[in-house]
Amino acid sequence: MTTTPSLVPYEEALARYEPVLGVETHIELGTASKMFCGCATTFGAPPNTQVCPVCLGLPGSLPVTNRAAIEGIIKIGLALNCRIVEWCRFARKNYFYPDMPKNYQISQYDEPLCVDGYLEVEVDGETYRVEIERVHMEEDTGKSLHVGGATGRIHGADHSLVDYNRAGIPLVEIVTKPITATGDRAPLVARAYATELRELVRALGVSDVRMEEGSMRCDINVSLMPRGAAEWGTRTETKNVNSLRSVERAVRHEIERQAGVLDAGGRIVQETRHFHEDTGTTTSGRSKEEAQDYRYFPEPDLVPMAPSREWVEELRATLPELPAARRRRVQAEWGLSDLELRDVVNAGALDLIEDTVKAGAAPGPARKWWMNELSRRATEQGVELSALPITPEQVARIQALIDEGSLNDKLARQVFEGVLAGEGGPDEVVAARGLKVVSDEGELAAIVDQVIADNAAAADKVRAGKVAAAGALVGAVMKATRGQADAARARELILERLGAS
Amino acid sequence: MSNERAAGGAAPGAASTGSAITRDEVAHLARLSRLALGEDELGHFAAQLDEIISAVARVQQVAAQDIPPTSHALPITNVFRPDEVRPSLAPEQALAEAPAAEEQRFRVPRILGEEA
Ligand SMILES: [Zn+2]
Repeated sequence: MTTTPSLVPYEEALARYEPVLGVETHIELGTASKMFCGCATTFGAPPNTQVCPVCLGLPGSLPVTNRAAIEGIIKIGLALNCRIVEWCRFARKNYFYPDMPKNYQISQYDEPLCVDGYLEVEVDGETYRVEIERVHMEEDTGKSLHVGGATGRIHGADHSLVDYNRAGIPLVEIVTKPITATGDRAPLVARAYATELRELVRALGVSDVRMEEGSMRCDINVSLMPRGAAEWGTRTETKNVNSLRSVERAVRHEIERQAGVLDAGGRIVQETRHFHEDTGTTTSGRSKEEAQDYRYFPEPDLVPMAPSREWVEELRATLPELPAARRRRVQAEWGLSDLELRDVVNAGALDLIEDTVKAGAAPGPARKWWMNELSRRATEQGVELSALPITPEQVARIQALIDEGSLNDKLARQVFEGVLAGEGGPDEVVAARGLKVVSDEGELAAIVDQVIADNAAAADKVRAGKVAAAGALVGAVMKATRGQADAARARELILERLGAS
Repeated sequence: MSNERAAGGAAPGAASTGSAITRDEVAHLARLSRLALGEDELGHFAAQLDEIISAVARVQQVAAQDIPPTSHALPITNVFRPDEVRPSLAPEQALAEAPAAEEQRFRVPRILGEEA
């Protein structure tokens, strides 16, 4: 085939074909040391400074399993409603590729540690249960730098430089069963799954799950079958999709591309494809169609694992509140609608608001500040809400100052501005900028008298019964106090003095 | 979906019982192992491997129904170590035996294209 069939517009593709998805996710665990040796796992360390005879595959070295990694994967398995098997082994996956210096990767083959789970995700108010086939333990590979190619890509490279710092870091692979019946929401379901999985693992505290740093990576399987067909089509696997947005785009693109191939009477080749962030498209990853032959066999250097039921239950007891349960709880506690909850979650504000509430603020104001004032400033600066230089404790403190009457909302905004500008904590900003509601009755009364004297015409109207005219006088008081007066009290004083109360 | 796994070679422990090792199988294994074997060597090793496999296969005659397959000689499980960092090699040590190094990394021949 020399011509590339054109893409079929998404809606049109979905009208004729039904997608079946699968997601394989790799998550690096955040252990201090590697999976089978004591090397550190610090991200971004200078090349080959975190390597030893074991992770370099030097002769005579022997691996020993990191207990914390096994605890981590069991926690992930439990949180995904999996069964933790009673006995399993590691296996060698043999292949020649310089990212593994041993020429094999220690992985698991037909005896994964966790099996048959599920994760529920929500899209547009509808719940989809994504079945989990397996969760298994393996080790990460080294990182290659391709030299001599046009753009640092592997194609056309002259040679490669390998850094083995990452080789041997504990890696958990989570494989879904085929995800069917998602219709035109397929890309959104894939994204929601990746998002929920990331939240889940983050809540467990076993990985930092940073897609941009590669500690969570998704491979996306997509196949199409004609609507009403009983048999699934041939699937492609798009590798290393490294952001949540890309998960959605990769699925969408593969649907459009595969529909084009099928419409043109072609057949889908079972192959690995690469996703390109810049264009949102995928390209074929291998020039040759070649069945992999990894010659798996039980790893002779590691004895089998047989997690006792007691150990598994101990670990189950340590599981924190999981994201879905937590969302249900805060929704009830804060009295949010489904839409409000979704906004809070999408804004990444759930932790921040909850911590603000824990620091003493009521849920309403806590949500208001994070979702309005602070979200707006985060958007202006192009940063995540959580990256703003203000803490939930500081937000709670500002709200406390409002609650006790020493700040109003207008002044509070100036305090936010000061804290974000690095002028110090709320109390320091209040002191330095002289921000305080004028609550001294004598002082306020004097200002009111002065304003009445200066605005005789407006005052006369109020005396004549036109209470609405008091607004101008209140405005003048607020101006004279640079917004620091209690407007309600000022109004009372004005009406009282003009005999209109 | 792990069709790849299901399709990826024989299951562990599955030996080709009875049938002789063919030259094609030796050629396939040699390619996977990146060994360049000549035509004469293929036949030579096919015969040798066949003998070895046959010898090992005799164990199966001894194994009765009630003896489970064993992958490890020691009847132990759950050997773990605590998650503690231990000193790594210095990069100079790590790279000392590398055929080539550059920018404190192992330099390897180009990865794609070797099979082209
Ligand atoms: Zn090591």
